[in-house]
Amino acid sequence: MSDWFNKTAFEIREAVAQGDVSAREVTTSFLDRIEAVDGAVGAYTQLWNDDALAQADAVDAKVKAGEALGALAGVPISLKELICTTSGETTCSSRILNGFQSPYNATVTKKLLAADAIVLGKVNMDEFAMGSSTENSAIQKTANPWKLSCVPGGSSGGSAASVASATSALSFGSDTGGSIRQPAAFCGCVGLKPTYGRVSRYGLVAFASSLDQIGPLSKDVRDAALALNVITGKDPLDATSADLPAEDFTQALTGDVKGLKIGLPKEYFVDALSSEVRTMVEASIEVLKAQGAEFVEISLPHTDYAVAVYYIVAPAEASANLARFDGVRYGFRHPDAKNVAELYVKTKTEGYGKEVQRRIMLGTYVLSSGYYDAYYLKAQKVRTLIKQDFDEAFKQCDVILTPTAPAPAFTMGEKSSDPLEMYLNDIFTISANLAGIPGISLPCGLSESGLPVGLQLLGKAFDEATLLRTAHCYEANAGISLGTPPIA
Amino acid sequence: MEFEAVIGMEVHVQLNCKSKVFCGCSTNFHAPPNTNVCSVCLGMPGAMPVLNREMVTKSVAVGLALDCTISRWSKMDRKNYFYPDQSKNYQISQYDLPINHDGFLDIEVDGKSKRIGITRAHMEEDTARNTHTLGGGHSGVDFNRCGLPLLEIVTEPDIRSADEAFAFLTELKQILQYLGVSDCNMEEGALRAEANISIRPKGTEPFGTKTEVKNVASFSGTYKAIEYEIARQTQVLNEGGKVIQETRGWDDDRGVTFSQRAKESAHDYRYFPEPDLVPIVVDEAWEKSIHELQPELPAPRRARMVADYGLSVYDAGVLTQTRAMADYFEATTALAPDAKKVANWITGDLQALISNAEGDIRVIKITPTQLAAMINLIEDGTISGKIAKEVLVDMFQSGDDPKAIIEAKGLVQISDTGELEQRIAAVLATHPAQVEEFRSGKEKVIGFLVGQVMKATQGKANPKMVNEILRKQLSN
Ligand SMILES: [Zn+2]
Repeated sequence: MSDWFNKTAFEIREAVAQGDVSAREVTTSFLDRIEAVDGAVGAYTQLWNDDALAQADAVDAKVKAGEALGALAGVPISLKELICTTSGETTCSSRILNGFQSPYNATVTKKLLAADAIVLGKVNMDEFAMGSSTENSAIQKTANPWKLSCVPGGSSGGSAASVASATSALSFGSDTGGSIRQPAAFCGCVGLKPTYGRVSRYGLVAFASSLDQIGPLSKDVRDAALALNVITGKDPLDATSADLPAEDFTQALTGDVKGLKIGLPKEYFVDALSSEVRTMVEASIEVLKAQGAEFVEISLPHTDYAVAVYYIVAPAEASANLARFDGVRYGFRHPDAKNVAELYVKTKTEGYGKEVQRRIMLGTYVLSSGYYDAYYLKAQKVRTLIKQDFDEAFKQCDVILTPTAPAPAFTMGEKSSDPLEMYLNDIFTISANLAGIPGISLPCGLSESGLPVGLQLLGKAFDEATLLRTAHCYEANAGISLGTPPIA
Repeated sequence: MEFEAVIGMEVHVQLNCKSKVFCGCSTNFHAPPNTNVCSVCLGMPGAMPVLNREMVTKSVAVGLALDCTISRWSKMDRKNYFYPDQSKNYQISQYDLPINHDGFLDIEVDGKSKRIGITRAHMEEDTARNTHTLGGGHSGVDFNRCGLPLLEIVTEPDIRSADEAFAFLTELKQILQYLGVSDCNMEEGALRAEANISIRPKGTEPFGTKTEVKNVASFSGTYKAIEYEIARQTQVLNEGGKVIQETRGWDDDRGVTFSQRAKESAHDYRYFPEPDLVPIVVDEAWEKSIHELQPELPAPRRARMVADYGLSVYDAGVLTQTRAMADYFEATTALAPDAKKVANWITGDLQALISNAEGDIRVIKITPTQLAAMINLIEDGTISGKIAKEVLVDMFQSGDDPKAIIEAKGLVQISDTGELEQRIAAVLATHPAQVEEFRSGKEKVIGFLVGQVMKATQGKANPKMVNEILRKQLSN
């Protein structure tokens, strides 16, 4: 049996469609791989072996019958714990949703199933997507496959660790302030945050509704394009989803960046950036230059305020979004409550972890009468300025190039006691969510300590095509192939 | 000291859309508990609201009827509070940009017209119903009502008396029914009125401390609650006390208000824009299309009825109470030109029949065409007014044409001079004493003689002719 788990989604789909391999064989290869390495990595929170094999058999039957196959036929995937599935549980890695079974499938889940993807199970995350290390999961710890003592990043740490350790060909996570891109950088895979509105959020358990966006984590850029093809589209169930003509993003991967203007925001190449990361990002500039791209220095003057704005807007929305988890209708309910008020307090106090409680309190505070204008309203105004920064910048360039995170993955426990230091991990990724623009992180090398480093590209709203074309050109010419880490 | 009341109303109206505000669930909340529910209105994780377009159209229709400015651009907001009557622990409502604002409604009290300012009329979702009668220490929550389309209409503090409040509510309800946007059933909570009441020394400007009277199930209850509250506050102030700002309930049996909850203003709802929804844009074209579909509203229709048909203000008022009755009247009088007579038949005998049967003019068997035909049969002398009353009962029950009923039952009026002369002569012959009385000057006795003729003809004799012929024969 060959190592199908090391193949890309594109390769698997081709092989299954050609009849070179059965979906069952591919799926079995991944299930065996999970058996072998996930004990050490801890990406999976739920494994659905039987369902996955049944799905694989259904795909094989289609192949045999010569029926049309979906775009991800036979491709084993994993889903972040906050994407609703009628199979298994949807826990958001929180105690408060322990055992919760969603009565419906998220729109993205439906689209993936319709594309004949094989869902292997669900993967770990920071509780309610609040965190940058997946250490805030109430279920388990997840390790960085490149160095098991390090974090995989977060909040989609399970997704990144799974793709990096080759236990799923694709994983679907969510990005609110960098939650796809930062773990992708830490684990050495490709992570795409689409434009806000590009992918339906229906069935994505909301953290911050105006920032959340579902996206794929993959081995390479072509797989990211393939995955995006499947999950995009206007959804009548999501009023904020955009109504745009369908695009085949794999067609955008021409390898040509001649004359493309790439902006380098001076505010991103600052002291907080580790010299190691800076060197690698600078090297990547040379790669794209050699392919004919032109670089211009640009300014995003309100960059410094992004983290502050984010930590007002996101908790404010979260404080309302999470209000519904109260023990009344579903999920964890504290058994000792004697009245309604006690039910709320006890259920939430025991149901949520520290970071979630911290953000709910923060969000409640900034929305309170007397503070609303000074915090929430002001943050919304600065958010508009940040968006305008990008509007201005994109008059001078087509794509913006930055590091994804200031430094490679850190050791477990290193930052978990200091929330402010943890928040700074997202300084390069947060602005894209505030502005609603697409971003992608892709590997640009390994640090001296053997940890992956990520390069981030940001694009104009709904111009994922140019973003993917640039990323693909870099990937094809950088000569960086991290491969699969030896997990030990 | 003489005090003056200052009253503002908040009226919640359930709009009769086919589906809930933010999901496709049916709005029939009489179904068994928690059967008209889905992931959205149950607030399941990940479910998202989508605004019902019909809700916007009906809300704008109300706004236009209340002479409001329609917001070209408005939005929904989250109103945060913890209580198990909301599935999400926030209610989606409108805060600083309501869809309708700055309108007015003219009312009439004691023949004088008064303008009541409308601050706003905004869209929101209704709450679930809690029941505390399940026993076993449990309360029940029925989410069938959760997410029903609700329009909250808020007035300026322009109302000065219970009479004005009553007139306002009556006029508002009539408008809502004309628009066909709500069934306005108060017992079922489709229309809920709350009054903010304060008093101040007559002739002064500053407002006194207000109380809010909630949960009153009828307009007359609201009227009584306001009367009571004005008297209560007056007594408190006259005795040197202070009115406490609070929510008060209304006990209809005892006829008193009672304290429910102190200091409503202490609530901090932490409103912020609903990020799951996009702004609501009502452009000129949309507003115009709603405007074009507006029916004629009660006030202008009343005025037109008086002008066009020569009706009294009172009759016009009665006939326009519902759009259906006004439509019925106009359809009838188009075929039976004596509008006053048509009005009398509709507001008199027909209305009585409908009330007795607990019916509804919209679904009765008699068509305006049939009623007009019946009235015309009186006019042309085919039947008497008295017989017509009988015919109407028959029409109401059978839905048959008046002519068919008259023929089948042989009710055609006797207007044949020869036959009547004969019948009358016979009656006079059998009542010589009364004939004598008449001739000796007791004119009143003619009534008795007419009655005897009618009796002899089973009421079919043409009363006008009977009168004439009687007098002629008596004077011979
Ligand atoms: Zn529903």
